[in-house]
Amino acid sequence: MTALLSLRGVETRIGRYHILHGVEFDVAEGGLTMLLGRNGAGKTTTLRTIMGLWRAAAGEIRFDGRDITKMETPDIARLGIAYVPESMAIFADLTVQENLVLAARAGPPDPKRLEWIFGRFEALKRFWTLPAGFLSGGQKQMLAVARAIVEPRRLLLIDEPTKGLAPAIIANMIDAFRELKDGESTLLVVEQNFAFARQLGDAVAVMDDGKVAHQGGMAAFAADSALQQHLLGMGMGEHQ
Amino acid sequence: MKRDWLPLLLIPVLGLAALPLVGSAASWVTLTVAGLAMGLMIFIMASGLTLTFGLMDVLNFGHGAFIAVGAFVAASVMLALAPWMTADSLWLNLAAIGPAVLAAVVVSGLLGLAFERVLVRPVYGQHLKQILVTTGGLIVAEQLLKVIWGPEQITLSRPTALRGAFLLGDIAIEKYRVLAVVVGLVVFAGLALTLNRTRIGLLIRAGVENGEMVEALGYRIRRLFVGVFAVGSALAGLGGAMWGLYQETVTAAIGAQVAVLVFIVIIIGGLGSVGGCFIGALLVGLTANYIGFLAPKVALGSNILLMALILLWRPQGLYPVAKR
Repeated sequence: MTALLSLRGVETRIGRYHILHGVEFDVAEGGLTMLLGRNGAGKTTTLRTIMGLWRAAAGEIRFDGRDITKMETPDIARLGIAYVPESMAIFADLTVQENLVLAARAGPPDPKRLEWIFGRFEALKRFWTLPAGFLSGGQKQMLAVARAIVEPRRLLLIDEPTKGLAPAIIANMIDAFRELKDGESTLLVVEQNFAFARQLGDAVAVMDDGKVAHQGGMAAFAADSALQQHLLGMGMGEHQ
Repeated sequence: MKRDWLPLLLIPVLGLAALPLVGSAASWVTLTVAGLAMGLMIFIMASGLTLTFGLMDVLNFGHGAFIAVGAFVAASVMLALAPWMTADSLWLNLAAIGPAVLAAVVVSGLLGLAFERVLVRPVYGQHLKQILVTTGGLIVAEQLLKVIWGPEQITLSRPTALRGAFLLGDIAIEKYRVLAVVVGLVVFAGLALTLNRTRIGLLIRAGVENGEMVEALGYRIRRLFVGVFAVGSALAGLGGAMWGLYQETVTAAIGAQVAVLVFIVIIIGGLGSVGGCFIGALLVGLTANYIGFLAPKVALGSNILLMALILLWRPQGLYPVAKR
C-alpha cells in the first residue's frame, strides 16, 4: 500500500514548550491507522499539526504526495481531510441540521448519505432541529463524527472518538468506521480505548515523548504484550 | 430543552415597573417610545461590534470612529442639501436624508475595511495591543475629523417632515423617534434573517462559537471577519448618522461618547450575541429615559448600575455565546 499521509521529522512548539520532536510515520491509503501513546505523548498535537491548527516548526507533512506543511487549515480541509477534535467542537447554538449543513461544503447534504449516517447514529435524526448544545455527551460525539463524514473525505483525523461513550454507541461507531475504511476513506484515529483500537486498527503508530517509538501492523502489536507494556505501560488485553 | 426567554421578559418587566413610578400614562408612553428609539439606535451601532468580538476575539475600542465619521458625512450631505431638508415636502426631505445616510454607510464601511487592514490585522490574538492600537486609532480619527470639518460642532436641523410629534390624545410621540424605531427594527430583522436563514449567517454564528473549527471545515474565517467588520462599521456609520440627527449636533467626540453606551450594551447582551445585544440596547435605552425623568441626577450612572445588576445575575451577559 502507498502512503496517503506521511510525516517526516515534524517538530511542533507551543509557546515555549517543545511538544513534537521529529515525528515520523506513514498512514497507508485505504486503512485505519491507530495513533496510540500515553497521555501527553503528543498524539493530539500531531493531529492538530497535520491539520495546520498548530504550525510545524520543522519537518515535512505530505498528503497524497503534496507538501501541506505550510498550508492554511481551510486549504488542508479542502484537500479532503476532515478533523474531529477531542473536544468535539460542535456548534452548540446551531441545530443538528445546521451543523451538518455547514460541514457539507459542496451543497445540501446528500439524502442517501444522511440516511446512512442516521442508520448508525439514530439520535441525530431524532434531534435534527434541536440546538446541538442540548445533546448529551455521546450524542455530541456522534454529531462531531457525522460532521466529518457528511461528505466523502479522503482522510479522517479523529481524536478519541469513544471517550465517554456507551458500549452500544461504540459498537455503532465501529461499524461506521469499518464501512468508511473499506470504502472511500483512510482513517487516522487517536484512541485510549485499546479494545476499540485492536478491533478496528490495521496499522499502529505508538508515540512516546513527542516521537513515534513504534510503527507496524496492529495484529503484530496486539500480540506482543511485552512491547505494549514497554510503550504504553500496560497490555492491550488489560483494558476494556 | 427550552429556549431561554427570561432575558426577553426583562423589557416588559422594566416597562411595567416604571409605569407607577412615572405616574402619568401619557408621559410613560412618551418615555417608552423615546427609550426604544434610543435603544434601537444604539443597537444599530453595537451589532457589528459584538459580532467582530465574537468572531475573532478582537477588542475594537476604535468603533466610535465609525460612528463619528457616519455622523459627520451625513451632516455634510444634509447641509449641502439644506433646501431639500427644509422643504415642506416629505419626498424632498427623504431625497436629502437618503443620500446622506447612504454616504455615511459607504464611507464608514470603507473606513472599517482600511481600519481592519492597517490597525487590527497586525494585532490578531493580542488583546492588550488591540486595546492600545484601536484606542489610538480612535484618537487619530477624532483629530482628523477636526482637521477636515473644523473644531466647532455642527448644528443640524431635522427635516421638516420629521420635526414635531404625533399627538394621540394627550400622548406626544416624536416623529423622529418613530422613524428610529422603524429603522432599528428593520436592521434587527435583516440581521436576524441573515444570521438564521443564510449560509453566511450560519458561518458567522458558527465562527462566533468556534472559529478554529469553522476553518477546519474548510472555510476562511478571516475573510468572513473582514466582511463582518466592514458591515459592522457601515452599521455604526448608519447609527452615527441617526444619532447626529437625534441630538441635532455633531462633534468629533460623538463617537467616543456613544461608544460607552455601545460597550455597556454588548457586555450586557453577552459578547458575540446579536439577540443579547438587541435586548441589552432596549434595556439601556429604556433605563436612561425612565431614570432621566424620575431622577435626573443619577441618570448618568444608571446604565452602569444596570450593567452591574445584570452581570451579577448572569456574569457572561444575557445570552453568553458557547465558546469552544
